[in-house]
Amino acid sequence: MTIEAVQPMLPDAGLDVIVTGLSSDAHTWNLVYLELLLEELGCRVTNLGACVPDATIVRECVTRRPDLLVISSLNGHGRQDGVRLMEAFRARAELVTTPVVIGGKLDVTGGSNAARLLEAGFDAVFEDSAGLTPFRTFLRTLSVRAPGVPLGAG
Amino acid sequence: MNVLAPRRGLSFGEVVARHHARGELVVQPRMGFADPGRMTRGLLATRSARAATVGTITIDSYTRVGDHEAARAALAAGADLNGYPLVDHDPVTTTALLDGVLTGDFPVQVRHGSADPRRIVRALLGFGLHATEGGPVSYCLPYSRMPLSAAVDNWRRSCETLAEARGPELEPHLETFGGCMMGQLCPPALLVALSVLEGMFFWRHGIRCLSFSYAQQTHAGQDEEAVAALHALIREYVPHARTHVVIYGYMGVYPRTPGGALELIAESARLAARTGASRLIVKTTAEAHRLPTVAENVTALEHAAEAARGVSRIGRLGDTGIHAQAKALVDNVLSLDADLGRALVTAFARGQLDVPFCLHPDNAGRARGRLADDGRLEWQRIGAMPLGDLVDLPGDRRMTSNDLLDALRYVERSFDEKYGLPGIETVNRLTQGSRT
Repeated sequence: MTIEAVQPMLPDAGLDVIVTGLSSDAHTWNLVYLELLLEELGCRVTNLGACVPDATIVRECVTRRPDLLVISSLNGHGRQDGVRLMEAFRARAELVTTPVVIGGKLDVTGGSNAARLLEAGFDAVFEDSAGLTPFRTFLRTLSVRAPGVPLGAG
Repeated sequence: MNVLAPRRGLSFGEVVARHHARGELVVQPRMGFADPGRMTRGLLATRSARAATVGTITIDSYTRVGDHEAARAALAAGADLNGYPLVDHDPVTTTALLDGVLTGDFPVQVRHGSADPRRIVRALLGFGLHATEGGPVSYCLPYSRMPLSAAVDNWRRSCETLAEARGPELEPHLETFGGCMMGQLCPPALLVALSVLEGMFFWRHGIRCLSFSYAQQTHAGQDEEAVAALHALIREYVPHARTHVVIYGYMGVYPRTPGGALELIAESARLAARTGASRLIVKTTAEAHRLPTVAENVTALEHAAEAARGVSRIGRLGDTGIHAQAKALVDNVLSLDADLGRALVTAFARGQLDVPFCLHPDNAGRARGRLADDGRLEWQRIGAMPLGDLVDLPGDRRMTSNDLLDALRYVERSFDEKYGLPGIETVNRLTQGSRT
């Protein structure tokens, strides 16, 4: 029996989630994995795939109004591409409070760069080394919070 | 760009054919450096490796996606790139580089990964080169969001540009990348079918010298059957082209230990030798960790060549239906439209070609591959592909995220467990290429 299996089951998150890669990143398997994982946690997932331009991510989020946008980046450009995306993303009134997280190999070394991504508008940054527990905890927090209450407001 | 006269020397296909006739497997690295000096050293080291080799210039990813502004900015700033920016380097630099490395029997192939290779093809022809690779499906669906119809059009024009350059001293060569869709978890029949279809597309747009790829997967016996099917379908569908088969060393998650990586490289070389393939694209022991150095590439090339030496072609093969499945997929596409490009677009739009786990908007995404207990890659679901009569599907069990990780890491895990911590005598045996 795995450690996961003896932990109390997570309540189904029930969230509408968009999963995407960033414009310069062709990695796909990480996105497939996240889709399966999020579905196992009860989320409904729209997977935009790899090499998605900023404008497409913004447009899809304006249209679909997801409960969460999950960005996965492995090519080392996650920091610069992520910061650039957030400038366009948070400029849209509809998306000011939409939760957005980023994870993977971000070329982020230490807290100061994670801080830069948080400052740019991400609600959480998940480093490759930290495993999945922080991400699962974040999802649980998101699924039980009162609707409409921005993250970090309570 | 100044258009140079074609460089004298044997064509890519001719060089490979001559080595093959002598019983030598041609080994080739993936190699691209932005710095011309390092690129030159890499090509010279490839040329002088103790093996039958051809050279590679791999293009950087800015050039791959057509962002020439970014490539030029990186060059101006002295920043490193992950490949050689063939279009944007000073042509004088590239000409000098090629003058220093090309010989009559050492051609250089340009590898790039682009869904729109028109500028890359014009540039390589401008430098007197004539060999490249890719395909309208294989460089669109996994690595871009470009509509498949646009990639088909780009590739048609690129083929025509290459074909127009054909002359008494220059025979353009194009290699399909279709034998590698997603690198992992695509059942072999679809890899074989896409490789054949891309080769037919090249032929119909004027290319006369072709190679057909197949990427090593998870089970040696299954790979042998797949390559045999590929040979048979090439003979049937592209009988008049000059052709050879090229094997790609495993393209998925690589073993982390030197012992595991060396044995996987050797296995890819034995696969090529046993199946009568002419050429092998070789991975390195650094694969799991970073881009390999020139020295690591040369070590891997020599290791692969040694492993292939003396391995004889196998005669009798099992038949689990790969040939029948691949032929059914090809025939169905050919029945959809007299224009093969349009037929490919229609087939994907209807889900009659459907690459497992591929997230491209033009891929139906209803098919799934799975790893059977014996390590063979099989269909979990076939979507709308016309394989219903040819495939026994297992019960539809939902693949979990852990199942996916297990499948993606199956080769890494098995080679590391079996060969990961060898004693020095084992390393010596492996590097000397003896066969188990």
